[in-house]
Amino acid sequence: MANTQQLEDITTQVRRDILRMVHKVNSGHPGGSLGCAEFFVSLYNEIMDRKEGFDMDGIGEDLFFLSNGHISPVYYSVLARSGYFPVEELNTFRLLNTRLQGHPTTHEGLPGVRIASGSLGQGMSVALGAAQAKKLNGCNHLIYSLHGDGELQEGQNWEAIMYAAGKNVDNIIATIDLNGQQIDGSTDTVLPMGSIKDKFEAFGWTVLEIEEGNNIEAILKGMAEAKSLTGKGKPVCVLLKTVMGNGIDFMMHTHAWHGKAPNDEQLAIGLAQNPETLGDY
Amino acid sequence: MKTYENQGNKDTRSGFGAGLTELGRTNPNVVALCADLIGSLKMDQFIEENPERFFQIGIAEANMMCIAAGLTIGGKIPFTGTFANFSTGRVYDQIRQSIAYSDKNVKICASHAGLTLGEDGATHQILEDIGLMKMLPGMTVINTCDYNQTKAATIAIAEHKGPVYLRFGRPKVANFTPVDQNFEIGKALHLVDGTDVTIVATGHLVWEALEAAKTLNEKGISAEVIDIHTIKPLDAKAILDSVSKTKCIVTAEEHNHLGGLGESVARVLSQHNPTPQEFIATNDTFGESGTPAQLMEKYGLNADAIIKACEKVIKRK
Ligand SMILES: Cc1ncc(C[n+]2csc(CCOP(=O)(O)OP(=O)(O)O)c2C)c(N)n1
Ligand SMILES: [Mg+2]
Repeated sequence: MANTQQLEDITTQVRRDILRMVHKVNSGHPGGSLGCAEFFVSLYNEIMDRKEGFDMDGIGEDLFFLSNGHISPVYYSVLARSGYFPVEELNTFRLLNTRLQGHPTTHEGLPGVRIASGSLGQGMSVALGAAQAKKLNGCNHLIYSLHGDGELQEGQNWEAIMYAAGKNVDNIIATIDLNGQQIDGSTDTVLPMGSIKDKFEAFGWTVLEIEEGNNIEAILKGMAEAKSLTGKGKPVCVLLKTVMGNGIDFMMHTHAWHGKAPNDEQLAIGLAQNPETLGDY
Repeated sequence: MKTYENQGNKDTRSGFGAGLTELGRTNPNVVALCADLIGSLKMDQFIEENPERFFQIGIAEANMMCIAAGLTIGGKIPFTGTFANFSTGRVYDQIRQSIAYSDKNVKICASHAGLTLGEDGATHQILEDIGLMKMLPGMTVINTCDYNQTKAATIAIAEHKGPVYLRFGRPKVANFTPVDQNFEIGKALHLVDGTDVTIVATGHLVWEALEAAKTLNEKGISAEVIDIHTIKPLDAKAILDSVSKTKCIVTAEEHNHLGGLGESVARVLSQHNPTPQEFIATNDTFGESGTPAQLMEKYGLNADAIIKACEKVIKRK
């Protein structure tokens, strides 16, 4: 068990990784990545029961699916720092012939990734399929998934949400990155979605809210509770209230950094706010 | 040999934005829809000037296509805007049933087509969209080559009754066709006269074809260059007239060779005048992350590749 300070330290390093990755290629998505850094670090270090190494079928371990594939920087950083591939490989993000494609893919065989994502709205269905495969295999481990809030505007999500409850898929914890932002502005200006909690509940899910989605203790507590709610006949949804761009003051609370890389000066400021902990790649 | 001057690099999507802005001022029936990509599609100006004629759909492309179909009932001319992948593959049945089969006057405007989308990688780089769209009965398929042509095409398709797929791209590329040109759907543009080989190109490959023709000319090979901006309906006459002179052809497109321009040209030739043909296109593959120039080189979609294909096809005469 890592203590909270250790997880904070990893998170700080992950923020540095994210900034340095997108800065180097002047492309990619820092905003959503930073907002979910604490969640990923908690998930891979504490919450999930993972095996050593990587195999596609993942029998006998918890699995994670990233549906909002554009936040690949945080995913890659945490996968590397959890031992799936060398951290030096973060240097190749988005470069020609890399395994670290702009959006996650299985095509290049990157350990840790089990499905391509990037085209939004498909990951919930995939996660449900994997959850049902677990049941068929008599595997009692869980499926975790992450989805953007803007992403929920894609109708396929609601087909999946209806299916999950209707078919009692109760071995999944689907987390929504509730940052209130998407590309063209806040979710409320683009397409107000009303209460996401009420919607999931109306579809038959158990919903749990984590008010402080950038607070590691709150995440650990909330996810432990979510875990205790699985296996009771209902799918479980976690509404994770995060701050887009968290940890870099000028990137916080705005959609402006959804898909924009910092320049040299902005990088330096961001890095200064997050001193090296585990060591840069 | 006729040469063309680059008036300065510009992105074709900005040509779309400029065309849409002009339509907003001249045609009150034109309405626009977007699925959370206003900036990428350069729709800001239209929206500023015509907020009541713009519909932000959210990230819901299937909904967007069918709302667009509905807007035509009552005489609106909807222009939908999102990336090419989300404009076609994602919503194929919505387009098929509610737009193409129902013969609705929707203009599907698709940016970031092909490999030149760059670093976002294969999930966003569709290389199958021309094929998907040309297979739909009644669908007009246009792939413009530069800013000026994209602006003109955007304006022209508003006057055309029926569904249109307008394909353009992300990067800044050479802008070399005339400002404020008249765009005629289905009419190929004869850019360079030649006698040894015909190069028929579409989209970003047209400028590469012109560059190739220059180099070939220095090598003593006379290449005819035709810009096929409209892949469907195809200007068969322009192609047949040219090959009756040159006796061989290279087609060039930023698309899979399966289902693209090259196959449409091959069908015309095999029916009317079987002719040796080489294909500049991707070879049944997905794309990947990289800069546009790196990707076009790796996948053989640039002037160098066209030159080699011309030299090869001439030997096959
Ligand atoms: C099907 C599809 N449509 C559009 C896009 C373009 N796109 C990428 S991210 C994004 C916004 C996503 O919003 P959200 O899920 O809230 O993620 P956040 O911006 O908070 O990271 C859009 C529209 C896409 N990737 N896939
Ligand atoms: Mg969001």
